[in-house]
Amino acid sequence: MQKSRLNTPLKNVRGLGSARGGTDHWWMQRVTAIALVPLVFAFVVLAVRLTTADYATASGVMGHPVVAGVLLLLIVAVFWHLKLGLQVVIEDYVHGHAPKLFLMFVNTFGCWIGALICALAVLKIAFGG
Amino acid sequence: MVEFNLPANSRIKSNGKTWPKVGSGSNTKKFKIYRYDPDSGENPRVDTYEVDLDDCGPMILDALIRIKDEIDPTLTFRRSCREGICGSCAMNIDGTNTLACTKGIKEVSGDIKIYPLPHLEVIKDLVGDLTHFYAQYASIEPWMQTKTPAPPDRERLQDRDERVKIDGLYECILCACCATSCPSYWWNGDRYLGPAVLLQAYRWVIDSRDEATGDRLDNLEDPFKLYRCHTIMNCAKTCPKGLNPGRAIAELKKMMVERKL
Repeated sequence: MQKSRLNTPLKNVRGLGSARGGTDHWWMQRVTAIALVPLVFAFVVLAVRLTTADYATASGVMGHPVVAGVLLLLIVAVFWHLKLGLQVVIEDYVHGHAPKLFLMFVNTFGCWIGALICALAVLKIAFGG
Repeated sequence: MVEFNLPANSRIKSNGKTWPKVGSGSNTKKFKIYRYDPDSGENPRVDTYEVDLDDCGPMILDALIRIKDEIDPTLTFRRSCREGICGSCAMNIDGTNTLACTKGIKEVSGDIKIYPLPHLEVIKDLVGDLTHFYAQYASIEPWMQTKTPAPPDRERLQDRDERVKIDGLYECILCACCATSCPSYWWNGDRYLGPAVLLQAYRWVIDSRDEATGDRLDNLEDPFKLYRCHTIMNCAKTCPKGLNPGRAIAELKKMMVERKL
């Protein structure tokens, strides 16, 4: 909201009022962070094991429903967490209305696109692509 | 974008004055103090004062008062109680926000650098503009709110366990040391309520006699008012009363989640 020199200080502070939100954002950032602990661990183990495997073995392992499932969960958690985290950075540091909105869009679309591409890659391997 | 540099007319110029010594002894300490006079049209500068410690009280505020009384009456700062209960003399001393009246001169090694609280508009010298800070405090409605009338024959009762919950909260003197040490408050202080005001908000949320708990949480539930706190914890580190606003904010966040789950 636009601040005016003639507004009372309390008017400026109250602004447009409470958004009655933000808790889900804060909570999901914690939930995805906790989810990422085992998921990233599983991913590192998988990546290390598969570096020495040949293509057929690697795609076979990654196509296994359990492994593919873990990878899909990882993708969801990573991009969800990334989107929430970047949003905080944008809100903290970008103050102009137009650049803020623009970056919010870039963030949301970018994370969705990234997640979708990664998920399709996993699904392609899982379904024998 | 966030401003990382001071505006050109707020930058400190290197034309600070060196003033004659206060007192006659040789056991002296140098004070380098931020000076800004809005009427002069000049940029801020840092003046150097020298005070004889054998002829001065032990606290930084004692030295400031000696300087103002004896050498430079134009030096401007707030002070009142001189015992850490009014919060007036909050300033940035030796790089940390604290109260000049409870900070000992001997606690600082070398020259003592004194600046106003960071990231406030400076009114003059060490006096920052706290209008917005006080309005933020008013916005959380810091008084008891009830629908139930008080008993006609006695106070509203509270048991020991309930009373203990406001320990570590009621002691806040609203000196603004914590708020002005918080980077989140620097960048988004127009909307983020900051540690002091959120600690005060929690003080009323947790008070067993107050009946407006839900309304208070409603008014705080906002990405900027509350959730700009990223647990940087400068607030707890700098609080001259040894309080922990970061913990109070964390408790508020926990209550926000608790009422959803």
